[in-house]
Amino acid sequence: MAISLSNPARRRLRTLGFLSPWLVGFSVFFAYPLIATVYFSFMHYNQIKEPTFVGLRNWKYVFEQMPLFGPALWNTLWLVVIMVAVRVVFGLSLGLLITKIKTGAGFFRTAFYLPYLAPPVAATVAFVFLLNPGTGPVNEILSSIGISGPNWFNDPDTAKPSLVLLSLWGIGDLMVIFMAALLDVPKEQYEAADLDGAGPFAKFRYVTWPAITPIVMFAVVTGVVQTMQYYTQALVAGKVASGVNIGPGSVIQPGYPDHSTLTVPQLVYQMGFQNFNTGAACVLSLVLFAIAMAVTMLLMHKRSGLLAAED
Amino acid sequence: MPRWRIPTCASAALAAAGLLLSGCANPSVGSANDDPTKPVTLKFWHGWATPGEVKAVNDSIDRFEKLHPNIKVKATGNVTDETTNQALRAGGDKAPDVVSSFTTNNVGQYCDSGMWANLDPFMKKTGLDKKKVFPKTLLDYTSYRGRQCALPLLADAYGMYYNKDAYAEAGIERPPRTMSEFKKVAKKLTVRSGKNSYERVGFMPNFRFYQNSPDRLFAQWGPQYFDGKGDARLADDPSTYKFFKTAKQLADAQGGFDDLERFRLTFGDEMSSQNAFLTGKVAMHLDGEWRGLMLDEAKAKFRWDVAPLPVPDDQAETYGRGFITGTVAGIAHSSKHQNAAWELVRFLTADTDQVVKFANAIHNVPSTFAALKSPKLDADPTFRTFFDILENKHSKALPPSVNGGAYVVSLQDFSYSVEAGRVGDLRKGLKKLDDQIDADTLQSKS
Repeated sequence: MAISLSNPARRRLRTLGFLSPWLVGFSVFFAYPLIATVYFSFMHYNQIKEPTFVGLRNWKYVFEQMPLFGPALWNTLWLVVIMVAVRVVFGLSLGLLITKIKTGAGFFRTAFYLPYLAPPVAATVAFVFLLNPGTGPVNEILSSIGISGPNWFNDPDTAKPSLVLLSLWGIGDLMVIFMAALLDVPKEQYEAADLDGAGPFAKFRYVTWPAITPIVMFAVVTGVVQTMQYYTQALVAGKVASGVNIGPGSVIQPGYPDHSTLTVPQLVYQMGFQNFNTGAACVLSLVLFAIAMAVTMLLMHKRSGLLAAED
Repeated sequence: MPRWRIPTCASAALAAAGLLLSGCANPSVGSANDDPTKPVTLKFWHGWATPGEVKAVNDSIDRFEKLHPNIKVKATGNVTDETTNQALRAGGDKAPDVVSSFTTNNVGQYCDSGMWANLDPFMKKTGLDKKKVFPKTLLDYTSYRGRQCALPLLADAYGMYYNKDAYAEAGIERPPRTMSEFKKVAKKLTVRSGKNSYERVGFMPNFRFYQNSPDRLFAQWGPQYFDGKGDARLADDPSTYKFFKTAKQLADAQGGFDDLERFRLTFGDEMSSQNAFLTGKVAMHLDGEWRGLMLDEAKAKFRWDVAPLPVPDDQAETYGRGFITGTVAGIAHSSKHQNAAWELVRFLTADTDQVVKFANAIHNVPSTFAALKSPKLDADPTFRTFFDILENKHSKALPPSVNGGAYVVSLQDFSYSVEAGRVGDLRKGLKKLDDQIDADTLQSKS
């Protein structure tokens, strides 16, 4: 039976019908977990006994009595700012370089993309081995040319930069995205710039950059969201570098050395799944969500400003 | 929609969500009404992973199945505590019936949360007098506030392995018994190579070195972590200060924390053939009883022996003590076959013949009085040294806590900062640590 478009109720129903897959997904994977997180943030709940209402106790605990919250938040924000910025600059530079290469571009594309395919745990273990201050080949090479290498993952001052280095090793995904954007810039614009006598910097500033701004913004926003969830590499690097064995009676302590690689997601896991403290874990998750939301909205606002300025 | 209706709807929606969520938050509850003589298949999750250990577990299960033909046991090895915890929280048919853990630290959490079933009713029902079967220290670390939710499944005692060839080379006649002797001997055994490195250290005191975590060395002072009310009292205990002072003196006598830490980073994995004691990089080594079997299997290229760790000079009479921990076993709260599960737990933990065979097979210390006295027990004197440490009345296990090992983790974190020289005022730092432990404990209480 044909549905009459003139009937507003039916039209709404049809719209809802088309929207329903998204609505179901949104409700199950976003709205419900979010409501549950808010709900449990006011409860004492160990996932076995009935939850009991404790008011703001979990919130007070996180903000006033949890000494690791400050370092974890600082590390997460440090990684968000530094790692995302360095990755975008490096990925873009690599993309620019490879699009300019006349011979062997295919080889370089493959060479730079391949590490991205390595599983994060394997890549991290390999990096910790390479950067081992006592036995790693990197420090041995540095030492052979008279440089005393740093302690990399074993020094609180260099542990986070070492994680940034690790993230650059797997830059393949960003490089490919930037290459696609760079190859999409109309050649005529470069020709026009050439005729106007523009140098390489001016061409980048006035031709390339405006054309790739939306892609850069996409890379920044997704980078921020991913880095907010940074967990595996930091945990594995800390565990392997510390040399602490997970033997009988031992406990994995994330953040080695001196909590310098502890991130909020690691703290969420520790609270929720090791300490049976679901309430505090939910508070931490909500803080992370609020920050990610605020930063993303700020960036999206900035992006619309940039696009408006272009128009 | 009129404006006044919005808060009403929002409240209703939140209330509905709350009801829905609290409804979802009820994992399945088990049952102790099953008949243990009826056919049943039990799921047993444990952490043993090496081929020898897994064989020993499977042999134990074969023995159990012969005694109980109606009970089949499906064992799954190499399972971490976290995996077990998640399965028990979720409940359902896939969750294990019988569980074990290498971490005695978490027993308080398992008992308080109700995740592991209380075993006292089962013991009463089947006439097992726990006080007559298990040593008190072991019963203490398998219960929390009167709730015996676990039983010891073999124990681990910590002592000191030493390299007899290195001793002979340095002219040392016997292992040190007091901390002041320990420092002198450690210094004598240390051989440096170049400015910043070593050929061998006497004793590696750094707290991230293999089993040398602060709580294990601290046991030599016999600390009381909590007072009668359950509040942390590390800052009020004089032994805490003596312990940190001795650890620093041990490091200083051998070149200081920084040089030792750099040397530690060159060590291989603890459980590999590159173990620092096995390769001769460390002459004296805090470790558990299992190391002896590993040294034999790896055919160590030097003569070695075992002794208890030294004790503080002002507690010389306690020499022979050590840190005690062990594997624990219990019944999942969600198991629908708890009586049958109890039969397996009882067999694994309290059957003398089984405990002796299993202890011999994986070189762990037996955890029952009868098994400790059994003539069938491995007669190796280095292994038997650990039995004496276990039975020493001054030996210490970690006290259980409502949030498991969280306080041990806090102590370890603090100790790393102390040894690296990042804690200026030790008293102030310890006070803060106590406050932290108390806040964490309070947060975990209902």
